[in-house]
Formats: sequence, structure tokens, C-alpha cells
Amino acid sequence: MKRIVTALVNNQSGVLNRVTGLMSKRRFNIESISVGRTETDDISRMTFVVDVEDEAQCEQLIKQLHKQIDVLKVWDITDQAIVARELVLIKVLSNPQIRTEINGIVDPFRASIIDVSRDSLTVQVTGDSEKVDALIELLRPYGIKELARTGLTAFPRGQQRQVTEMKPYSLIK
Amino acid sequence: MQAKAKYEQTVASQTGADVLMQTLIDEGVDLVFGYPGGAVLPIYDALYKTDLRHILPRHEQGAIHAAEGYARISGKPGVVIGTSGPGATNLITGIADAMMDSLPLVVFTGQVARGVIGTDAFQEADVTGITTPITKHNYQIQELKDIPRVVKEAFHIATTGRPGPVVVDIPKDISGEIGEVDYPETIHLPGYQPNYMPNLLQVRKLAEAMREAKRPVILAGAGIIHSGAHKALLELVERQGIPVVHTLLGLGGFPAEHELFLGMAGMHGTYAANMALYEADLLINIGARFDDRLTGDLQHFAKKAVVAHIDIDPAEIGKNVQTHIPIVADAKFTIEALLDEVTTPPEINEWVFRLKQDRIEKPLWYRKQPKVMAPQYLIEKLHQETNGEAIVVTDVGQHQMWAAQYYPFSKPKKWVTSGGLGTMGFGFPAAIGAQLAAPDDTVIAVVGDGGFQMTLQELSVLQELRLPVKIVIVNNQSLGMVRQWQTSFYGGRHSQSLIPVQPDFVKLAETYDIRGYRVETEEELQEVLSATLHDREPVLIDCRVNAEEMVTPMVAPGTGIHEMIGVKP
Ligand SMILES: Cc1ncc(C[n+]2csc(CCOP(=O)(O)OP(=O)(O)O)c2C)c(N)n1
Repeated sequence: MKRIVTALVNNQSGVLNRVTGLMSKRRFNIESISVGRTETDDISRMTFVVDVEDEAQCEQLIKQLHKQIDVLKVWDITDQAIVARELVLIKVLSNPQIRTEINGIVDPFRASIIDVSRDSLTVQVTGDSEKVDALIELLRPYGIKELARTGLTAFPRGQQRQVTEMKPYSLIK
Repeated sequence: MQAKAKYEQTVASQTGADVLMQTLIDEGVDLVFGYPGGAVLPIYDALYKTDLRHILPRHEQGAIHAAEGYARISGKPGVVIGTSGPGATNLITGIADAMMDSLPLVVFTGQVARGVIGTDAFQEADVTGITTPITKHNYQIQELKDIPRVVKEAFHIATTGRPGPVVVDIPKDISGEIGEVDYPETIHLPGYQPNYMPNLLQVRKLAEAMREAKRPVILAGAGIIHSGAHKALLELVERQGIPVVHTLLGLGGFPAEHELFLGMAGMHGTYAANMALYEADLLINIGARFDDRLTGDLQHFAKKAVVAHIDIDPAEIGKNVQTHIPIVADAKFTIEALLDEVTTPPEINEWVFRLKQDRIEKPLWYRKQPKVMAPQYLIEKLHQETNGEAIVVTDVGQHQMWAAQYYPFSKPKKWVTSGGLGTMGFGFPAAIGAQLAAPDDTVIAVVGDGGFQMTLQELSVLQELRLPVKIVIVNNQSLGMVRQWQTSFYGGRHSQSLIPVQPDFVKLAETYDIRGYRVETEEELQEVLSATLHDREPVLIDCRVNAEEMVTPMVAPGTGIHEMIGVKP
């Protein structure tokens, strides 16, 4: 099962290494990781999409992450109301004849064509993973030359408490 | 305080290394294990000006295992210094060992100068990279001013919560640099907040489960010893009448002579202890991590039980065994809270009677052979000769299991062994550290002829310091535990496990100016033990034992703990 886990970490050299090392040491399957600064200096957010066997394995992952001294907070946000987005660049084979056709596919996804050359064009799309996957599938028949995904980044929606106010994962509460 | 004042006078302008020494003194360190080299020359120069006691082993691995033995017995952090590159990599085994067995260590490694880090400079190794998976935390000092904060944090992290090793990597140019620093008073680590106090609702749940249980058992691990919970545990057991089993590392947490003690559980545990875990309807794990050598095949482990697990490390709970009553807290505080909640003891006479019966009818056992000494007998003799009061430090192998089985402990902090990593070469240097932590105790290093040869260069430390460590080689002229598995599971093909060629250990000891004896019979053993165990001089006793002997009983790999082989018929 896929789970979305997000963590606030000290923005220090080596933290990504600690976290990915931990995941491979304990044989957790990572589908994607995205890392970037947050509104607070010195703190970064990491968002993982992981493929785990069951809830117990996900719980173990979260506890292991939590144990890292540079990991300040961790949440499994899969079942919460969240905004989750990734950005994908897709280079599709094309020629002037089918450009408009591709435009027609891309438009409803609110994706944009950001580069055009003689025999290809590049589509940029942001969205949740289903939307992105759907677009990729529609474009696949034209021939995908290159594909780059940033991985998902996410946090809970605004009506909820701020992430930083939320209770971190804990067994004792 | 005195040492500190004196030190401040002697140092006019402080280098990074001087700052490091100051922080060590502030942390209350009085003993350091280490080995010098290029990248730590400034540190050794600063050390020279202090009163800190420094132990120079003859190999860095000796330093770190000694620090582990010291930490295990003293309860204080072991402090180690090694140089960059090979100095640091020689420490790796000990760091991994300390991580597995939750020992507090603070390890300082030299690093090449900042300007050349990343250029494959002479004696450069990526120490933080290498040690990340085997440390509780690690640091590389980036600036001189960070030393006091980082070192303070390192000691804090190593010694609190679940203890563990912390590595601090210090580039040479920083330790040599002169500068001004502030010494912080407080620690700010928002990502590290170990929880000591138990949740009372959970404690009540456990008390309730105890009231209802018909077949309860307590599994007591090393967490009892780390948290100083042995007295509280004894009180709980006496008030509730619940039987206790130990893990390998927990030995000594509960008095072995107590009528409710069933022995060690696990692969070479007692029948009674393993059956108690197998049959229990309430398993109360206090400070143990359900290691696979304890549980055997998980499909058969504690399947009939409500599992309560008290651990300071939340990640241990539910990791291997599904837990119904998790309590993330310190063992001592939890037992104390539990003592306030429990009332009348559960009615479990039948259960206790049965387990006591198991203990009597299926005890640990061995057969004596004519002419050759049984290794089990050797350990029993050691126990007898020291009134069970010695500190016993072992290496890894058959002798380790026999020591665990045949040297019952009445008190905590008398037992030092490498459990999680199972590190051959650990025992002898760890005994040196244990002796330094308890100078007045009798310390016996029970080692195999194989493992002893991995770190025997530390004989020089005994020679130099006249530490009265008693080295007992359980000599079966083989890598006994390997041979045993090959006998049992590999058709008797003793591939590379027989080593009849070995040094004359007696002469070897003598070249280090240590008395050496060879013992082949029970009479000789008695004579040599009486003559050597009670004085304050080191000794090496090469005990020739029956090489065919096997450690029994055993939970064979892949089977459940109820399927023991080699149980007394
Ligand atoms: C560093 C290391 N290498 C290999 C092993 C695997 N191993 C476990 S026990 C053992 C045999 C130990 O032989 P010895 O020290 O003579 O003790 P005995 O089992 O004979 O008592 C070996 C090789 C280990 N535990 N540690």
C-alpha cells in the first residue's frame, strides 16, 4: 500500500543521507522523495511516497524516522485532507500536424507546453499523482522521449490546524 | 572542579583541542581510551596538558571494546579517541557493537583539514558517512565555536533515552586553530525528547491484565540494568509472584537464585524459560527488544499471550512482535508506577508450580567425559571459586553461552558480553575496561581460543598497568560454535573451524610478563584457580576442555522456542 509521509527536518548537511540510508537499511520501498526549505530557516520539509506492506510497517517507518535526531516531526498524512502536488515534465514526439491534437489533450489538465522543437514538445503538468498519471497515459501513444517527475510534496489543508501545531506521531499519547 | 581550575590556568590561548579537553572535563570525564595519529596530534598535545587518564591499547579495536566494558560496568559513557582514516575505521566494529547493545559511547575521530576534505587526502575516510547507520547520532565539527555545543549534545544523546554511541569527527585544522568560544549551559535538541514517564492509563491497563492473567511471565532485558530498575523489579515480582526470565544481556537484573527465576530464554535458554514464554497468556517485556535469538521463529512466539512491552525506544515496540499494551518509558519509573497500581497477586499457583517443575525436571545439564574437562564444569568452578561475585566478561561463541548458563548472577553490572553484534575479539579488551571501572572487583575474561587471538595484543595493557584481569581461555582448539553448527546442520563437515595450531598461550603470557598456566584436569584447575583468582595480579589460564562438547539445549534455527533439542531427557 502507498502512504504519504511528511517530515520536518533540520536543514543540515547529511540529513537526506541519514533518512535515505535508514530507509534502505530497513528495506523500506521509497517511490519518491522531495525535499525543500520551509517558511522557517534551518528547517526543511521532506515528503515521501512509500510502498509498505501494511500499517504496521508504515508505523515502524515513522518511528524509525522519528528516532533520528535531525527529524523534528513526522506524520503519515495519507488519510488526512491534504494538498499533494508533483510537477512533471514530459517530452513527447510530435510534428506540426499533431501539435494541435496534443494541445487538445493537455488543455483540460491545465498543463502547458513550455518548449517546442521540430520533432518534439515538452509538457509541464502539476497535480496529484492520479492526474499526472492520467496525462502521461494519454500522451504515451504519441511516444514519450523523456520524462522527469519531482515526486510528491504535500501538507494538510488550510482549515485544519497548522502542521507545526499538530501532534506528531506518538505511541504514548 | 579542581581539575578544571588547574587546567584553565595552564592554557593561555585555547586551541580547538584545548576547548575539547575543557568540555570533556566539564562533562565529568576522567578516563579516555585512544590511539594517536596525524589528525589527532593537536588533541593529544592538548591532552598532555590535562590530568585526564588515558589508556593506550595496542589497537583501536581494543580501545573501543575497553570503552564498552567500562560503560557497561560504570554506567558512565565510554570516551574514545582515534585518528582519521584507518584509526577511525578500526573503531567501526566497536561502534556497531555499542549500537546493537545500547552502550553509551562518545567517540572522537580526527579528520583531515577542512580544506582537503573530499579530495581523498592522506588518511581521509568519510567517517560520518560510514558511521551514520551504526550510531545513535554523529557530527562533523564545522567550526571551532561549535565544539562545546556539539560535545555537550554528544554526551547528552549518548547517555539519555536508549543509550548508544555518538561519533564526533573533528578536522585537524579546527583542533589546531586558536579562538574564543562560549560554553553553553543548556541543550536545545527539539528533535530529541526521550520520554521517561509512563502513561498512567497504559500502566493501569497492564495492572488490570496482571490481575486477570492465569499464566503471566516477565521477560527482563538489559533495560532493567540501564535504568537501575532491579530493586523495583524484585519488589514487583515478590508482590505479584510472577515468574521471570532473562535475555542474554539482562542477566543479573534479577537474582538468579530467586525461586521465581526460570533462567535465560532464547536459543540456548532453559526449557522452563522458553516454555514460559511459549505458554504465557500475559508476557510483560521490560527493556528487551525481542531479538531473533530470543524469540526463535516468530510464528510460534508468545502466540497465546497478551503482550505488554515497556521500552524507552518507541521504535522497538511492535517491531518484531505485535504488542497489545505498549508503554514507552523508563523501566524503573514504569515498574514504580505499576507498584502503585497492582493489588492482590493473581492466582497463578498452578502455573508457577508447573514452571518450577520444568525447572527442576529439565535443568541445564551436561555429561562429564573421562579424562577431558567439561567446559561447563570449568564455568561452574569459576562461579564457586569467586562466590558468584566476579565480573564476568566474555567473548563470543560456545564459552559465552556456557558462561551465561553456568555462572548465575545475583546482582546487576557483573556481566559483560557482546549480544546483538556477537563480536569475536570483544571479550578481552572489554574486560580491561570493566576492570578500570571496578578496580577492586575480580574481573574474569572468559574467552575462546579463537576470539582471544583476535585482540590478544592488549596483553600489553595488562603488562603495563598490572590490571588484575584473570584471563580464562576455554580452549577447545576450534572455533567451537562454528564447529557445533557444522556438526548439527552441515553433515559434520568442519570447514575451517578446527585450529589445532595455536601459540603456546602460557609462554605468550610470560613474554608480556604475565603469569601463565595450562590446565588439563579438574585437579589442576582447582589448584590454579585457588592460587590465582584471589590476588591482584593478572593471569592467563589456558584451560584445555573437551572439544566435542556442544551447547545445549538449543532452539534450532527456523524453529519455535517450544521445540528445543538437547533438553535433559
Ligand atoms: C568477528 C567475528 N567473526 C566471526 C564470527 C563468527 N563466529 C561466531 S562464534 C565463532 C567461533 C568462536 O570460536 P572461539 O573463540 O574459539 O570460541 P568457542 O566457540 O570455541 O567457545 C565464530 C567464528 C564472529 N562472531 N565474530
